Amino acid sequence: MKKGMKFNVKSLITIVLTILLYAIIYIMIDNDLLSRHFKGLLVSVGVNIILAVSLNLTVGFLGNLTLGHAGFMSVGAYAGCLFTVKMNLPYFIEFPIALIIGGIVAAIFGVIIGVPALRLRGDYLAIVTLAFGEIIRSIFNNLSLIGGAGGLKNISKYTDFTWVYLMIIITILVIANLVKSRHGRAICSIRDNIIASESLGIDVVYHKLLAFVVAAFFAGVAGVLYGHYVGILKPTTFDFNKSIEILVIVVLGGMGSLRGSVISAIIITVLPEVLRSLSDYRMLIYSLVLIAMMLLNASPSFQNFKENVKSGIDAIKIKIAKLFGRSRSEEA
Amino acid sequence: MALLEIKNLGITFGGLRAVDDFNVDIQKGQLYGLIGPNGAGKTTVFNMLTGVYKPTTGYFTLDGQNLAGRSPIEINRKGIARTFQNIRLFKDMSVIDNVKVGLNNSQNYSVIESIFRLPRYFKEEKLATERAMELLKVFDLDKESHYLSSNLPYGKQRKLEIARALATNPKLLLLDEPAAGMNPNETAELMKTIRFVRDKFDMTILLIEHDMKLVAGICEKVSVLNFGTDLAHGDTTTVLNDPKVITAYLGE
Repeated sequence: MKKGMKFNVKSLITIVLTILLYAIIYIMIDNDLLSRHFKGLLVSVGVNIILAVSLNLTVGFLGNLTLGHAGFMSVGAYAGCLFTVKMNLPYFIEFPIALIIGGIVAAIFGVIIGVPALRLRGDYLAIVTLAFGEIIRSIFNNLSLIGGAGGLKNISKYTDFTWVYLMIIITILVIANLVKSRHGRAICSIRDNIIASESLGIDVVYHKLLAFVVAAFFAGVAGVLYGHYVGILKPTTFDFNKSIEILVIVVLGGMGSLRGSVISAIIITVLPEVLRSLSDYRMLIYSLVLIAMMLLNASPSFQNFKENVKSGIDAIKIKIAKLFGRSRSEEA
Repeated sequence: MALLEIKNLGITFGGLRAVDDFNVDIQKGQLYGLIGPNGAGKTTVFNMLTGVYKPTTGYFTLDGQNLAGRSPIEINRKGIARTFQNIRLFKDMSVIDNVKVGLNNSQNYSVIESIFRLPRYFKEEKLATERAMELLKVFDLDKESHYLSSNLPYGKQRKLEIARALATNPKLLLLDEPAAGMNPNETAELMKTIRFVRDKFDMTILLIEHDMKLVAGICEKVSVLNFGTDLAHGDTTTVLNDPKVITAYLGE
């Protein structure tokens, strides 16, 4: 077995597929095959993927129910957008910096909200994070520096499909890599049995904060992307409903499943748009579909089906890998 | 000098003296039993030794260092590992990952190194996998390494808990009722495993047990707790035949 850089065939296939997907969508956009509406939807889907994947770190892997993810998103969004509005740097310098600033400011708030989270569990923590989101919203509503209730206007519309796609990949890579490391194992062990993980010398405080900070960072990045897509930030966008929407995505996709989060983010974001033609009945049908999907998702036969699909995909990947003559089927 | 010295250890919960003036010396390499009727305070002693409870009186030292009142994390890092009476595995994690959580503190790569998959990540992960598989092999769990730990049969879950505790590389291993819920065959096998662990890892083991056959079979010395106080201690056979001890278990 070779040591060091292990670009095995399985991950190579994933990389190729990722680039292929990007190329296909990019060509479609470039040749005006997609409506303006659909292009917008792509960005919303992307933002929701980033939000869901990052929330999954705290809810799914750390096992802490938090209801304030929209709060982190708004903090990041305002910080990043305020930067591009006040500064007048060229786009390719300004925007990456804004993304990082948004992420870092949100991450700082991640620490602030993570500290009480160390003492609270379950429903208590959920209520504290909920309150955090609401506090942020009311503060932004009354802060004239960032436009107050009228919103922060004149944000350059930098966000396009390429940026969103790039950020999705970075988010998934960072969180997937983190989860499959000693830090990720420590985070999962806290979820499964905090007393046992303490008895094994796991630094619970550090790993809880780590999960909160990383999750908040990417929520902030998602916020900056959102702000530079819409062009105007209003505090009301980031209310309690937004947090719940992200949580719904995570729960539907499966706690602790990144793939699930991505798929369910696509479904949950696209569904209301598909149902638009139903006009008055839209939200009613949407809710019904949501209930049906949750029931389906929880049913044992569908779980089995998902397992089969998963192992099927893996088997195909291994076959392709063997086709290339290099059989490295380990590393599940 | 004894590896573990417990001196006048005591704890009160409100008005209740759960453990009072408890003394034990355990030499390196010893297999020491802690027995007593239900509610005698055995697990409370374990909880004090692992930092879950802070003793109200007395102290204990490991290798001469006083660890009384330290946090569970610190105490584990100083070299005390434990298993639990009611199994506490990481049930949604694989068997091998359970052991790797125990190896966490022997790994040094940083968050940045894990996110960017730098060389040290691969090096240390490879080492951890090898070490974890070695440990699993000792407990005959290597074939189940990728099972979800909650899918293991009961006896193997107990073994996995011991393997996980050993992964932290302790000086002293505390086993809380390792034979609970096991049938005689499983218990016999467990006795072999415990002895094997002591010999192979040169481990000092303190165990709580209700199964007298196991205690008589493997422990060199025992202490008997009754209503939180030390009823008797010394060589296993002497203590188990002590009329005081028999009365405590069976009544007058």
